[in-house]
Amino acid sequence: MMGRTIFIDPGRCIGCQACVSACRECDSHRGKSMIHLDYTDEGRSVASLPTVCMHCEDPVAPCAEVCPADAILVTADGVVQQADTTRCIGCANCVNACPFGVPKIDLQAKLQLKCNLCYDRTAYGLAPMCATVCPTGALFYGTLEELQAERPGVQVADSFVFGESEVRTGVAMVVPADRVQWPVPGGLPVVEINGKDVRR
Amino acid sequence: MTADPRAADRRTYLPLDPSLAPPGTRGFRDAGGIPADQWHADQNGETLVPTHCCFCGVQCGMYLRVDRGGKVFGVEPRNHDINRMRLCPKGINAYQQVNHPDRLTAPLMRRSRDEDFREVSWDEALDFTVSEITRIQQAHGNDAFGLLGGASLFSEKTYLVGKFARVALKSRHVDYNGRLCMVSAAGANKLAFGIDRAGNPFSDILLTDCLLIAGSNVGECFPVMTQYVWGARDRGASLIVIDPRETAIARTADIHVALKPGTDSAFFNAVLNVIIEEGLTDETYLAAHATGWAEVKATVAAYPPSRAAGICGVPAEQIVQVARAFARAPRAMAWHARGIEHHSQGVENCLSVINLCTATGHIGKPGAGYGTITGQGNGQGGREHGQKADLLPGGRSIMNEEHRRQICEIWGIEESELPPAGTSMMEMVWQMQRREIRGLIGICNNPFVSLPNYKVVKAGYDATEFHAQFDFFLSETAANAHVVFPVTTWAEDDGVMANAEARVVKHNKAQDPPPGVRTDTWVMCELAKRLGAGDKFAFADSREVFDELRIASAGTVNDYYGITYERLEETGGIVWPCPSTDHPGTPRLFEDGKTYHPDGKIHMQVVEWHPPMDPYDDEHPMALTTGRTVAHFLSGNQTRRLGALVEQTPRPWAEIHPSHGFRNGEPVRVVTRRGSEVFPALVTEAIRPDTVFIPYHWPVPTAANALTIDALDPRSKIPEYKVCACRIEHAEKIDEVPAPPVAPGHIAYPETQVSRTDPLPPTAPQGRGTSERS
Ligand code: SF4
Ligand code: SF4
Ligand code: SF4
Repeated sequence: MMGRTIFIDPGRCIGCQACVSACRECDSHRGKSMIHLDYTDEGRSVASLPTVCMHCEDPVAPCAEVCPADAILVTADGVVQQADTTRCIGCANCVNACPFGVPKIDLQAKLQLKCNLCYDRTAYGLAPMCATVCPTGALFYGTLEELQAERPGVQVADSFVFGESEVRTGVAMVVPADRVQWPVPGGLPVVEINGKDVRR
Repeated sequence: MTADPRAADRRTYLPLDPSLAPPGTRGFRDAGGIPADQWHADQNGETLVPTHCCFCGVQCGMYLRVDRGGKVFGVEPRNHDINRMRLCPKGINAYQQVNHPDRLTAPLMRRSRDEDFREVSWDEALDFTVSEITRIQQAHGNDAFGLLGGASLFSEKTYLVGKFARVALKSRHVDYNGRLCMVSAAGANKLAFGIDRAGNPFSDILLTDCLLIAGSNVGECFPVMTQYVWGARDRGASLIVIDPRETAIARTADIHVALKPGTDSAFFNAVLNVIIEEGLTDETYLAAHATGWAEVKATVAAYPPSRAAGICGVPAEQIVQVARAFARAPRAMAWHARGIEHHSQGVENCLSVINLCTATGHIGKPGAGYGTITGQGNGQGGREHGQKADLLPGGRSIMNEEHRRQICEIWGIEESELPPAGTSMMEMVWQMQRREIRGLIGICNNPFVSLPNYKVVKAGYDATEFHAQFDFFLSETAANAHVVFPVTTWAEDDGVMANAEARVVKHNKAQDPPPGVRTDTWVMCELAKRLGAGDKFAFADSREVFDELRIASAGTVNDYYGITYERLEETGGIVWPCPSTDHPGTPRLFEDGKTYHPDGKIHMQVVEWHPPMDPYDDEHPMALTTGRTVAHFLSGNQTRRLGALVEQTPRPWAEIHPSHGFRNGEPVRVVTRRGSEVFPALVTEAIRPDTVFIPYHWPVPTAANALTIDALDPRSKIPEYKVCACRIEHAEKIDEVPAPPVAPGHIAYPETQVSRTDPLPPTAPQGRGTSERS
C-alpha cells in the first residue's frame, strides 16, 4: 500500500491502550476492539507493542487467500476488509492463516471481525481512530514522507519473514535505524513439535 | 493490488470520493474552536459539541457526539492546540459516565447513619441541610461547619465554593482536594517567582535540548503530554527521568535515575553541587536575576555526589551525568509532578529543582524553564479563585489586609465579616475527629479513597453530626453522608478550567442534565438563599459567576479580566495573566527576566534534605510508594464504573522486585504502621528492590491509602503519599474487590471471541494493566 497507511513504532508505545479504547469507538465495530496490545518482556520491562491488521498484500492477504467463501475482500487501495457478512461462514480459517493473530470470530453470530483500517473514516480522508488518538504517535497514519518529515531518519519495514514464508504488508513497522533488516523476522523458527526435533 | 490472478478474483470496492462525505459533523471534525452558535447537526441528526476532557491537567480537546434526542453517546477526537486529536483511554471513555445507570437522579437523605437513604425532594434535602448547618453553628460557632471543594469543578464553581464558605456559611473552614495534588509546587513557585503556575507552555518542550522529568509517570498520568516528550526526542533532545520505577517514559530515557523514594532534594542538591564544581553555572544570569544564590551555594556544598549517592541509592556517576546533561544543554527544561511533591518536604523538593533551573539560567526562554504537571483537570484553576483555605479570589492572601478589603468590596460585606484563614483538608479531618468541626459539606471529592490513613479519615467523618456530599455517583464518601445532592457532570454545564500550562479553556454544555439533577452552582445558590445570603448568590448560570470572577481577579497576578467566554470559544484557550480583553495572554513567563516579586528577582531558597516522616526499622525496612494507572482517575469514583477501563485495569496490585521470591500474581501482604492489606504481586525488574508500588484508585480492602501516612509538608500541608515504611509478607489469599458495574456503550464480549493469540484470562495483573484479551 504505502500511500497513506498506519506506521507502528513500538519504541514510542507507552502501553496506555488508548488505541484499544478508540478502536471500540469506531463506527464500523462499535463496542469491539480489533487491536491487540502485547507486553513483550513482562516481568522485566513495561515495553508494549500494538498490533493492528497489517493489510498484507502478497499477492492477497493470507486471511483472504484461505477464505473458502471469498468473504474477505480487498479494496483497490489495498485495504483488507473485514469479512463480508453476507458471505462469511464463520469457519475461522482466516484466524489460523493470519501470521499476526488479527481476525476474531464472533462465536454467537458466526462471523469474522477484524480491523478494516477504519474504512468508514479513511475513505473520507480521516485517520483511523487508533492512530488519531494514540498519544505518542506509536500508531501514525500518513505517508512515509510525512512520517519521515516528523521523525528524521526513521526507518520502516513492510516485509516480514515467518519460517520460510515472507509476507509483505500495507501497514509498516518502524525498525531501529542501526539495525535495518529486510525483511524483518516475524516469528521464531519451528524447532520442536511434540518433543521431536523437526529441524532438517 | 498486484496482477496476481487470485487477486483479480476478489471483488474490489471502488475508492470513495471524499466529496461525498456527509456534510455537517464530519466537515468540522478537524476544526479547532467552533463558536457555540455554529454547532449543527449532520444529516443523521448528530451534533459534535466541542469541549475538553473532564479528567487530568492536560485538558485535551474533544467533541462529544450528541444524538438527535440531545443525548451524549460518543466521543470524537478534536484537533485542539493542546492535544492535536490525541486522547488517552480515560478521555475516550469519559462520555460513558454522562448517561451511566449509576447516576444519582434524586437527592438522598437520612437523619442518622443507622438509617438507609431515601429519595427526597430537593426542598426537603435543602431545608434539612440548612437546619443542620444552623443548629450546629448556633451551638458551636460558625467555624464548626466546614466545606471541602474539588479541583475537578469548573473555576466558576470553585469561586463559588470559596465565596459560599466565607459569605453564606461565614466559616473559616474551607479547603479542597487540590491540597492533595500540586500545592507543593504552588508553594515553591510562589516563594521563588511570586507566581503560582508553570513557566512555559507544553509546546516549549518541543524546543528544548534536555528534558528533565522528575517524579512524573507521564506515560500513564498525562499520556497526551508524551507526544511533546517524543517530539523533543525526535529533535534530538536528551531525556532524564527521575523515578523509582522504570516507567514507560523512563524506559527510553538517556538517563533514568531510579532513586529511593523520599530522597529527591538530596539528589537535586548534589546535581547543583556538581554544576558548581564543574563551573557550569550561569553567573551572569544569577547576578542579574536571582537573590539568595550565595546561601544556596553554601548549602549544596554539603551534598557532594558521594554523599547523595548513599542517601538516594543511586550511583554517584549518574548524578554527575545528570548535572552535565542539564547544565550543558543550550536549552533545558524541568517538569515535575506528584512524585516529588507528595512529600513532607514537597515544597523543598520543588525548590531544589527551581534552584537547578535558576543556577543554569534555564528560565523564561523558548525551550527553557520549569513546569508542574497538574493531576486534576482544574488543579491549577481550582485554587486560583479562593477555594483554598488561605486564598481569596485572584490568588489574594486571606491574611493580607489590603487583599481582604478588595474582596469584601466586591462581595459587598464588611471586612470584619470575612473569616480568617482556615486549615488544610487533612487537618480538617483531624479537627472532625476532635469534634472541632461538627458538620461538613463535601463537593465532588472522595476522601475515603483519596486521603491517607483511611482509619483516621473514616473516624473523622463518622464523628461529624451532619455530612452532605455533592456528587453524580454515590462515592465511598457520599455513602457515609446524611444528604447526597445529585449534581451535573462536566458535559451538562458550561464553565472554564485552567490546565497545567495555566491555559484557560472552556467546556461547553452538551446535553441537559437528567431530570432531578441540578448544577452545583444552583445547589450552592439555593443553600445560600436559605441561609439568608441570597442577594450575594443571585447567579443564574456559569457565565454570571465567571463575569464576577473576572472582576474579582482583575489587577492580581492571577488576572482573568481579559478572558471572556466569547474569546475562549474563538481561540484554543487563553493563558493567564490576561489583564485586558485585547491582551493575548501569557504562555511563557519571565521573558523580560522579571518575576512577580516586587524586586523582579527569583528568590532562591535554601533546601536541606531530611528523611521521610515514617522511619524505616527492622519491622518496616522497605519504602511504599503510590501512584496512578493510566486507566483510572484519582479515587476511581468515575473510572471504576466504566467497562473498558475496568477491563483494562480491574484491580490494584503490589509491584515488587523479583529478589523477594514472589511469583507473579501470588498474594502479597503489605504491612505499614497503619495497617495491612493483600494484593496480587506484580513481579518486575522495573522497580527498586527496596520499594513497593501500589496504585491508589480503589477503596478498602485494597486501598493504598489505608496504608499511607497522614504526615504533611509543614508549608503546603500536602500529605506524604509517596513514601512510608513497610514490609511485605506471603499471604493466603487476595482480598476480594467488589465487581464493578459495566457502563453502557461498552459490550463485554471476550467469551464470544476466539483468536489464536488470545492469552488465558489473566489471574494477575500483567504489565501495568491486564493484557488486552479482545
Ligand atoms: S495508544 Fe499508542 S501508546 Fe497507547 S497503547 Fe496504543 S499504540 Fe501504545
Ligand atoms: S494481518 Fe492478518 S488479518 Fe490483516 S491482512 Fe494480514 S492476514 Fe489478513
Ligand atoms: S485524562 Fe488527561 S491525557 Fe487523558 S484524555 Fe483526558 S485530559 Fe487528555
